[in-house]
Amino acid sequence: MPPLLEIDDLRVGFATDAGEIRAVDGVSLALQRGEVLGLVGESGCGKSALALAVPRLLPMPPARIEAAAIRLDGVDLATLSDHGRRGLRGRRIGVIFQEPMTALSPLHRIGDQLVEAIRLHRRLPRREARGEALDWLARVGIADPVQRLRAWPHELSGGMQQRVMIAMALVHDPDLIIADEPTTALDVTTQAQVLELMRRLRRGNSGLLLITHDMGVIAVMATRVAVMYAGQIVETAPSRELFARPGHPYTQALLAALPSAATRGRRLQAIPGQVPSPLAWPTGCRFRDRCSRAMPRCAAPPPLYTWGDGHEVRCFLAEMPGGAGDARGASRPPAEAPGSNEPSPAAAAPPG
Amino acid sequence: MPPLLEIRDLRTYYPIRRGVLARTVGAVRAVDGVSLAVEAGEAVGLVGESGCGKTTLARTILRLETPHSGEIRLDGVDVATLRGAALKAYRRAVQVVFQDPFASLNPRHTVLDLVTEGMLAHGLATPANRREAAARLLDDVGLSADLLDRYPHAFSGGQRQRIAIARALALGPRLLICDEAVSALDLSVRAQILNLLADLREKHGLAYLFITHDLGVVQHLADRIVVMRRGVVVESGPAEQVMARPAHPYTRELLAAAATPFH
Ligand SMILES: Nc1ncnc2c1ncn2[C@@H]1O[C@H](COP(=O)(O)OP(=O)(O)OP(=O)(O)O)[C@@H](O)[C@H]1O
Ligand code: SF4
Ligand SMILES: [Mg+2]
Repeated sequence: MPPLLEIDDLRVGFATDAGEIRAVDGVSLALQRGEVLGLVGESGCGKSALALAVPRLLPMPPARIEAAAIRLDGVDLATLSDHGRRGLRGRRIGVIFQEPMTALSPLHRIGDQLVEAIRLHRRLPRREARGEALDWLARVGIADPVQRLRAWPHELSGGMQQRVMIAMALVHDPDLIIADEPTTALDVTTQAQVLELMRRLRRGNSGLLLITHDMGVIAVMATRVAVMYAGQIVETAPSRELFARPGHPYTQALLAALPSAATRGRRLQAIPGQVPSPLAWPTGCRFRDRCSRAMPRCAAPPPLYTWGDGHEVRCFLAEMPGGAGDARGASRPPAEAPGSNEPSPAAAAPPG
Repeated sequence: MPPLLEIRDLRTYYPIRRGVLARTVGAVRAVDGVSLAVEAGEAVGLVGESGCGKTTLARTILRLETPHSGEIRLDGVDVATLRGAALKAYRRAVQVVFQDPFASLNPRHTVLDLVTEGMLAHGLATPANRREAAARLLDDVGLSADLLDRYPHAFSGGQRQRIAIARALALGPRLLICDEAVSALDLSVRAQILNLLADLREKHGLAYLFITHDLGVVQHLADRIVVMRRGVVVESGPAEQVMARPAHPYTRELLAAAATPFH
């Protein structure tokens, strides 16, 4: 069976006065049914551009989207008409944004917006749709749903707006849910509640692409993780594996830099330098000028190496047996299968 | 010896006004009876949800808001009684770094202006020697003196925060209030700034009031933790104790929600 979502060599550019920003620069990934794929990375690395390119929610221009293919259940979205593609959004793809007010209209009552969303893809009498809207408000944990149907968005707290948006994204029971930093704007306790809600309300065989820069959120939610740096995926792995044995020096450094109870009284292992500018990505390995293990060969762009079961690393160290040890100095046994160190087919397209 | 900063039963209310005459019809009790102390050289972490009154508390300590009642004492002296030079000295002793300090600053001022503005006003530098003073401060926060003539928009978030810290250090503070000072920073840069703050604490004997919703940060650096909710302190104590044996259900909820990848 084909994966639920398959992205093949996606490139997203933005035209700006200073030149073209290559926000997403050759990303391939797959999301299986039932999976929660966490996409992590620092600000500006291209997470939102990647996620919003799938439902084509980017403003074009300035955005330019190119891909060998973006397939939903094996069907290339490029072969669909505009109309067909619009039909997917909401019905088969539900989108949740960081800022609820990008999805909610300030001019309409909560109830009307929900009813509208429900009737967009289903011919239901208004009254029935209203009943459903009411159920959804209750389901996303809004107290006093009858009252709240008549509320204006601004009368709700950020957490409540987020709950309404989750309801809007889920009313058609989509196969694919794309959530772009759904809890970043929320307090820690509200964040935990909203994450729990997303976990509970999601149909078991749907897929969730969850974008965040918060490793804590990834740890709680994701079954698999893709780490993005400077427009590219630098590592993918099952979530437990990523935390136990991060393979890419960037992932290792990010995990080591997290302040926590475990780092009390110690210096954090900061990553020197800054995230590079998307107007001019560094040549070769894009992490090179910040990497403590850079070698002369890193002046060439590294491909994605298969580095274990479902684990891929874009770093030359992964090619050397035991080379990409984790940050604490332990080294990893060579990849199991002979020949699995060959660059994977997904990496065939040279970056840049 | 009295603590460096002591707050007793502090209340700061914002009036709610209605109607054309803007009559006061009530008050938002943003800070509603808060007591806490910061010892010299101590790092106190103040945690709680947004809107729980943390920033209002900081603004009241900085005397940007007038409290409704209660006391703020520095070295045991009630700040409300300070006038003239003593008040100026208080303003120097307590400095602040906000989440994005440059959002409110004049974009036409160079780094040199920004860093030495306060020094000139307080007579701590002269137009003749301010360049030298500013270069020393930039060095303190790990920036090159080459940047002195640049404008803030040309800097990354981490660099801006370093400049904001240099600006605060310029006045020789004893207490630095950091209001979500690292929250907006990228993960990789956040660690740099937290290390810098630890270094400065060592070097200058600074005390911190670290206001944040990020429990990881507080667990990393605070000697004492104060948990605020809806304008009141619900729990406070030595960091290790609050983390290991949180007494208030809300603290337990916060700790549980602050999931880390390393269970
Ligand atoms: N409409 C636009 N016009 C021009 N540039 C854009 C536009 N949208 C995004 N970009 C640029 O594309 C790059 C990637 O942006 P993107 O929003 O995908 O980052 P992100 O990883 O989601 O970051 P964050 O964590 O801050 O949300 C950035 O350099 C950004 O400035
Ligand atoms: S390819 Fe080289 S520079 Fe890039 S992460 Fe690996 S070791 Fe570091
Ligand atoms: Mg984004």
